[in-house]
Amino acid sequence: MLIKHPDPILPSEITDAGVYARRRDFLRLAIGTGLVAASGLPLLPARAQPPAGERLAVASRTDYAALEKPSDLEDVSSYGNYIEFSFDKETAMGLANRRLRVRPWTVRIEGLVRQPKTIAIEDLLRLAPLEERVYRHRCVEGWSMVIPWVGFPLATLLRQAEPLGSAKYVELVTVTQPEAMPNLRSRQVEWPYVEGLRLDEAMHPLTLAAVGMYGQTLPGANGAPLRLVVPWKYGYKGAKSVQVIRLVEHEPATFWNKAQPEEYGFYANVNPEVDHPRWSQARERRIGEFFKRKTLPFNGYADQVAQLYAGMDLRRHY
Amino acid sequence: MGRFEVLTDRQLAGLKTVLFLLALVPAGRLAWGAAQGTLGANPIEAVTRGLGDWTLNFVVLTLCVTPLRKAMGWVWLTRLRRMLGLFAFFYALLHVTSYVWFDQFFDWDEIARDILKRPFITAGFAAFAIMSLLAATSSNAMVRRLGGRRWRDLHRSIYALALIGVVHYAWMVKKDISLPAAYGAAVAFLLGLRAWWRWQERQRQLAGAYLKKPKGRVIPISVRR
Repeated sequence: MLIKHPDPILPSEITDAGVYARRRDFLRLAIGTGLVAASGLPLLPARAQPPAGERLAVASRTDYAALEKPSDLEDVSSYGNYIEFSFDKETAMGLANRRLRVRPWTVRIEGLVRQPKTIAIEDLLRLAPLEERVYRHRCVEGWSMVIPWVGFPLATLLRQAEPLGSAKYVELVTVTQPEAMPNLRSRQVEWPYVEGLRLDEAMHPLTLAAVGMYGQTLPGANGAPLRLVVPWKYGYKGAKSVQVIRLVEHEPATFWNKAQPEEYGFYANVNPEVDHPRWSQARERRIGEFFKRKTLPFNGYADQVAQLYAGMDLRRHY
Repeated sequence: MGRFEVLTDRQLAGLKTVLFLLALVPAGRLAWGAAQGTLGANPIEAVTRGLGDWTLNFVVLTLCVTPLRKAMGWVWLTRLRRMLGLFAFFYALLHVTSYVWFDQFFDWDEIARDILKRPFITAGFAAFAIMSLLAATSSNAMVRRLGGRRWRDLHRSIYALALIGVVHYAWMVKKDISLPAAYGAAVAFLLGLRAWWRWQERQRQLAGAYLKKPKGRVIPISVRR
């Protein structure tokens, strides 16, 4: 029978008395560093109350969301993308609410127009009776909201400058404020944020030049002081904080389309049949709801807008 | 002799308890945040992503065990490795559950389509499948059943699953890949270390091939014929 003798304990393996005396320090150290590490986890953002805007005199109210209850204002003004500020939604929206400078502000309408115009925001607010319109809002990322916007048809604004017959598209250029917008330093995308519509889309009565929501002027995060709202398209078409509206002959190169053309098309019509390359668009999560719901073609506005795309292959023109 | 090289069984048991409780903190914070409504406008997304982040964190921590043991001489670290690995699986399981339940509501057809069609889901699912296998074979009984060497070879697939996990994250993000890139760098470093050790060991063995007595552990080198 093989009897194994335990190896003798070498002097070098014996814990020295000092270490032994400090043995509990280790646990304290472990607990301490562990707790510090655990509490230093990215802090879960609390929903910030948006800064109060100015009340707007609303002349009329129309519901375009089948009487659905509007989303919470705190959600709308804290969850979304404003990537000049950050790629992270909550960070971006918080920064935009605090830092975006919206006065003085002018909007320039130029390009293929008879009367190029520069309009101060104060005059723009008085340009036409303000309408409240409750629209569904569907983000390309798969979430959605219901938002009571305040504004007037973009067509009203465009007619101020009398577009020429040669104008086929509208290009919207948004503000850059390097001192306020840290993400303008990112080289992963090409600034400024530019969006565009075909002229008939831009002139469509549902297309809104929004100056407010929930009866007040827009919070910074939602594109103060003037933004585009196109309810049948994914949210990224809704250019925020618009400064220049340019009428052009050719399809403008737009921000997300330049960044990832195979994922974000120029048209960006909400379409449950055409998947994003990385996820299905068949369903969406309405913010405030637990489970996803079905996405509607053209975000539920097909009756009003489907004829704009008659004969087009919407799989190709996504 | 460095500090903390030797721990008594009691100290180790204490350390394990502390680690166990700490590892539950992120899950607890997410659950608490969900209950209190402090996870922002899209709490389900916050939960799913938080669970995914912590899966990767624990995979990286598990991969840190051996380098840290070698650097510090803390042999007992290896005895914490299984717990770290199982916590990675714990968070992965919750992450997948969140996707299957809240995102897809058990629509298995849709889930199958997702796995086949969407590369980032395919990658995530592959990493989860490997991880499940490792979790299932993590017990001492399984080590004995498989035999030490086969068990070790199997569990080296954590290298692959860590890389696949990072790819899963990188393919999911919209534009900004700085966080996936940071995880990628950490994993690349930790795997690179291992490749480097292996290379060193090989050099050492080749250099010492004609010495009388090889020293230390020998990694078998397969010779190509």
